[in-house]
Amino acid sequence: MKTDIILAGVGGQGILSIATILGATALKEGLHLKQAEVHGMSQRGGDVQSNLRISSNPIASDLIPLGGADIIVSLEPMEALRYLPYLSKEGWIVTNTVPFVNIDNYPDTEALMKRLEQTGRVVAFDMDATAKEVATPRSSNMVLLGAATPFIGLEPSIIEDAIRKTFESKGEAIVEQNLAAFCAGLAKSETVKK
Amino acid sequence: MKLKRLLLGDEALALGAINAGLSGAYAYPGTPSTEIMEFVQGHSGARQRGLHARWSSNEKTALESALGMSFCGKRSMVSMKHVGLNVAADPFVNSAMTGANAGMLVISADDPSMHSSQNEQDSRFYADFALVPVLEPSNQQEAYDMAAYGFALSEKFRIPVMVRLVTRLSHSRGEVEAEEEMGPENEFHYPAEKRSWVLMPGNSRVRYKELVKIYDDLREEAETSPFNFLKPGSDNRLGFIASGIGYNYLMELFPEGLPFPVLKISQYPVPEKKVAELLEMADKVMVIEEGQPFIEKMLKNEAKVIGKLSGYLPRTGELTPDSVREAVEKALQGTLTLPEPEAVPEMVMPRPPALCQGCGHRDVYSAMTEALKEFESPKVFGDIGCYTLGYLKPFNAIDTVLDMGASITMAKGAADAGQHPAVAIIGDSTFTHSGMTGLLDAINEDSPITVIISDNLTTGMTGGQDSQGTGKLEQICLGLGVAPEHLRTIGSLPNNREEMKKMMLEEINHKGLSVIISRRECIQTARRHAAKKKQ
Repeated sequence: MKTDIILAGVGGQGILSIATILGATALKEGLHLKQAEVHGMSQRGGDVQSNLRISSNPIASDLIPLGGADIIVSLEPMEALRYLPYLSKEGWIVTNTVPFVNIDNYPDTEALMKRLEQTGRVVAFDMDATAKEVATPRSSNMVLLGAATPFIGLEPSIIEDAIRKTFESKGEAIVEQNLAAFCAGLAKSETVKK
Repeated sequence: MKLKRLLLGDEALALGAINAGLSGAYAYPGTPSTEIMEFVQGHSGARQRGLHARWSSNEKTALESALGMSFCGKRSMVSMKHVGLNVAADPFVNSAMTGANAGMLVISADDPSMHSSQNEQDSRFYADFALVPVLEPSNQQEAYDMAAYGFALSEKFRIPVMVRLVTRLSHSRGEVEAEEEMGPENEFHYPAEKRSWVLMPGNSRVRYKELVKIYDDLREEAETSPFNFLKPGSDNRLGFIASGIGYNYLMELFPEGLPFPVLKISQYPVPEKKVAELLEMADKVMVIEEGQPFIEKMLKNEAKVIGKLSGYLPRTGELTPDSVREAVEKALQGTLTLPEPEAVPEMVMPRPPALCQGCGHRDVYSAMTEALKEFESPKVFGDIGCYTLGYLKPFNAIDTVLDMGASITMAKGAADAGQHPAVAIIGDSTFTHSGMTGLLDAINEDSPITVIISDNLTTGMTGGQDSQGTGKLEQICLGLGVAPEHLRTIGSLPNNREEMKKMMLEEINHKGLSVIISRRECIQTARRHAAKKKQ
């Protein structure tokens, strides 16, 4: 298998915890992984992304080439579109639809949703709402991970194991919340997927 | 027994050093090098062993301390970002002259594309004129392996070894096979050769001759280094010299195997015999290196050589798999083409970084911009840290940013030229890094400048490391000689804005030096402290 993922969001939203869980999963499965992150200045509310590559063969480049990503996984709708040049022709976008507005020229939300729809292969829904429904608003990144799972090429059950392990030090309640958010995202993804 | 782990390039190098018998780590935080020291600080074995792992005031003090440890026979490392090496340049260049008594690694992390820096300088040039060998890992495993290798190399030739990292390795995670056990530390011992440690002209002249000879030996060593290899190919129309992570982008293009000859370089000085062999082999040779054209410059008289200087690869910014693809395609006249990628939709707007909501620097800038409205032509000299973001909207408050500490000294020079008001704004960690000495200059001339130290009790931009001046800033200022009546302190709070403005106006109107310390804990570290308390 080989899956190239662009993780996107705004500094402070927590895309890196998704990367951590997928990294732990890949390591356990004996797969190769490379994950380039952004630290420093842009973490202060700027646009952030991480290139995550998982493969059964050794991986050369830490960065994904243009047109090479299988999925864009984004916590924010405009940020999903920023990385369109990296998406392959058969690639999918999985994104939260809740805008993070910290600039004055943020685009019109309706036009933004329309543009996302135009890309063809997109799973987009209000992940904050789903997270609130089944867990806490803070677990929207686990809803996103669940929603992206059908496109990643890893079994949901092994990702669940990695979630359990990642959060186990924070207590059983936190583990259960994150698992619930993950499962809700996964279920919703199957129904929204067009 | 070896264990597989996922590590950042920074972390892999730090773990490699710990497992190779490191006794002390020294550093000043700086993106992308910060995680090296943080890893040592968080390593339970290192803590149990009591390895030195504290932040220093700046890169110069850090490097000198690491050399002092090496003088006593213990393995040491010092890590910094590329511009930090400018600060440490004096001891770095001279440490090649003294030599090292025990393995010493000088880690410099370059930031091509300037993700979080003010320039793209390439640390290899420093090592070149200092006559110091360089290791440049191309992946996380090499970063791990090169720590032990680097210590051994340093001890074999009795010279510090530079490890050059770049952002895309420092901040990229990959799997690393690492020993589970920490190796033993060196025994405490003094150098056998004592003269070279006292760099007086008579001693230095003797040592420099020796150093030049050592550098020749290091070049021979690079010819047989396990990290440098020449792999012949089946198609000799084109050959490659690929260094560091440049090698990865080349390999990415040829998943089925590279048909062309390639010389991979990860240890310097450049192995010239291997380069000559490749030049003999191939019709054209492309140099793919991250950063400035260092190897390519050495070969600029070779008509066959192409790369950044000849316009095949971009002269600025970091390499990408795409820029390397384009260069290779150009050299081969289009045999690798990919479909055109989609464009970024026009509605996607830039999202620049900003000061956090609730950050104390915001209150300082709000009060300062209000106060300065009363003057015709105020100038504000900025510095390096989160508060550099005061340049952007909504404050647009800064006129210059140069390097660590320059706010105070540039304000002084401007005041010397007749500028008034000349305001310097500097953070607490930057002040103790390089602001104190400049302040002394201003004190000695009672320069009519207003220095605002925006103290958030931490090194914020790099993620909240200890700041060396915490709790001592007033004493430092008074000790340097700031007049007590012109050393003012206030809390950086929204409710204090009027008072801050008033205080700033009073001090700007004072025809001499003033320091205003405006203080409130960074909200990121405050949140972390609160969460810790709750647990």
